[in-house]
Amino acid sequence: MAILPPGVTATDFGKVLKEFEAAVGREWVITDPDDIHPYRDYFSMLKDQDDELVPSAAVCPASVEQVQAVVRIANRYKVPLYAISTGKNFAYGGPAPNLRGSVTVDLKRMNRVLEVDEKRHIALVEPGVSYMDMYRHLEEHKLKLMIDTADVGWGGLMGNTLDRGLGYTLGPYRDHVNASCGMEVVLPNGELMRTGMGALPNSGAWQDYRYGFGPDPSGLFAQGNFGIVVKMGFRLMPMPEHWRTGLITVPKRRDFLPLVDMVNYLTDLFVIGEPLYSSPLQPLLSDAAFRRAALDFNEAEMDRHAAASGRHSWQVELQFYGSEKTTLANWEWAQELIRRTVPDANCFAGDSLKMPVTQAQIDAAEHPYPAPYSSVMRRNVMHGVPKLYMWRSPGRTDDSPDTWNETHIGLFSVVGRSGEAVFKAQKDFQDVVRRTRPGAEYVSSLTPPLQWHQSAFFIGNSFFGTTTRNDNSPEGKIRQLRELRQVLKMNAEAGHGDYRAPPLLQDDVADQYSFNNHALRRFNETLKDAIDPNGILSPGRGGVWPKAHRSRRGALRK
Amino acid sequence: MKMLYVMMLAAVAPLATAQETATVTRGKEVFTRSCAPCHGADRGDFGRAMLPGTDALRIKYKGQLPALLEQRTDLTPATIRTFVRRGTWSMPPFRKTEISDEEIDAVSAYIADSARKAPRTP
Repeated sequence: MAILPPGVTATDFGKVLKEFEAAVGREWVITDPDDIHPYRDYFSMLKDQDDELVPSAAVCPASVEQVQAVVRIANRYKVPLYAISTGKNFAYGGPAPNLRGSVTVDLKRMNRVLEVDEKRHIALVEPGVSYMDMYRHLEEHKLKLMIDTADVGWGGLMGNTLDRGLGYTLGPYRDHVNASCGMEVVLPNGELMRTGMGALPNSGAWQDYRYGFGPDPSGLFAQGNFGIVVKMGFRLMPMPEHWRTGLITVPKRRDFLPLVDMVNYLTDLFVIGEPLYSSPLQPLLSDAAFRRAALDFNEAEMDRHAAASGRHSWQVELQFYGSEKTTLANWEWAQELIRRTVPDANCFAGDSLKMPVTQAQIDAAEHPYPAPYSSVMRRNVMHGVPKLYMWRSPGRTDDSPDTWNETHIGLFSVVGRSGEAVFKAQKDFQDVVRRTRPGAEYVSSLTPPLQWHQSAFFIGNSFFGTTTRNDNSPEGKIRQLRELRQVLKMNAEAGHGDYRAPPLLQDDVADQYSFNNHALRRFNETLKDAIDPNGILSPGRGGVWPKAHRSRRGALRK
Repeated sequence: MKMLYVMMLAAVAPLATAQETATVTRGKEVFTRSCAPCHGADRGDFGRAMLPGTDALRIKYKGQLPALLEQRTDLTPATIRTFVRRGTWSMPPFRKTEISDEEIDAVSAYIADSARKAPRTP
């Protein structure tokens, strides 16, 4: 069934499509329902419903000039557009727009690596460049640089960054927005703008200094709808000489607090890459008495079980990038630091590898640590090697051979970077599950924080999404969506806001950032109306609705 | 006249083979870039023997069909195009900007060629 952009007549839309064809070529204006199918969110909880977020058409420009032409045409007819780069943002909506009937601007054909400078550690890329493309480019040209890749390597540098994606190496690089440097943007009126030093004609420092002079609007384009980014610069990590890992374990539950303090210290001195926290007590949950203690947050009893089992309560894996000597010195320093506050901590040396590592070294299956401790480190991403390994998560498993996760979704709350904040979040999340699904048992006292970001923790909260295989009937999916909305609301009441969300839930998340009667949202929407008066660029993205479509805020709340 | 016809055939036949070879070569390139990261023969992470797509097909077919696409003799170009464009289970659909119809057909030719040449492994 043909879908029209909201507020656009069939006659006008016919003219729009003709003009798009003149701009990009007939082949690259996509209207056939079979060809539109891949532009839907394959994992949508509203799949096949009347209000599923489906585009009316897709247009696929191959150059900046073509993007400008598309935007100018859309402006004349007030047709909402939704730009995608590689379109692989699964778990966060995939390629689907925020507003049903938008025309998707598919930038995948713009897939050139425009520049890489091995000595300045910078790159400039087009939207369609995936992490795998970039890795191939570095390999083929034997460039001694690393990328900080998303978990699933078919994603793109630009798209992931513009959704505030995060990674796994050193802090300044794994915050992908932080590692970006300089943008070229097609504004809603079709004009071309460069940020930072790119605004200075003939500057040779576009990818060296992000800010230029005066206010820097580049942050507006991440999770925003103020322009279509068509070029983006990145700072890349130089290939270090050596990579070393080590594992630290601490015996008692409360030892987590000084452990986090120590890791924070090393993190903020840029001594370590992403630290990986986990609890070696997870296997004890099959013991009913321990499980009860864990559900009750009975710390004394949990410690007693831990000691009886010969396991420590928490562990963190550290990774050091540098030379063989500096990584060794830093590992020794980390051991010294933790033993100052937790004298009975254990420290186990892990891998010590010359960089770049070989695929065979990455694939080495043996865990370097003595039982009962093991590594949870995904070595490929730690070495900037993009893979699709994580794509096993929504698929068949030996335990569940006849189901798959049809509503694959990622939801993570931002949590303050302290042990106390993690313990509070654990209790809050368990309480949220108890209130949402009375009778459901959810053990969260062993849930570790994820430190994808340099200075913040993240804890997953898609309790009824990725973590369980649900009723996949249409009604079951809608029930799941309602539960997630309830979860987001309750989490926010406890002070936990999400950092990212699929279009279906972006209004819900944006609603939670409500300080002073939504001053932030009102500010963003004032800007939106000034910059995009016809409201044509990605209406609703990031919870920012232009005046023309503002009445649609929250319209998808079933 | 008959001799001329034979000579023409002899001239055309190697050309057709060259085209087929070029298609298979192109198909292998596309397969390596777009399919092998999930459906190739490499190992998975954490000691897993297979990549996600290969492992999913192992679980699905329980040995009745090969888990590796490059060993499948039953995949017609139409079937492959349907899977790529529509998606199947956890494999999402792919857009024409990601892989063209011509590239899908080349992948089909490569898989057929590969399956002929490579014996099935358990």
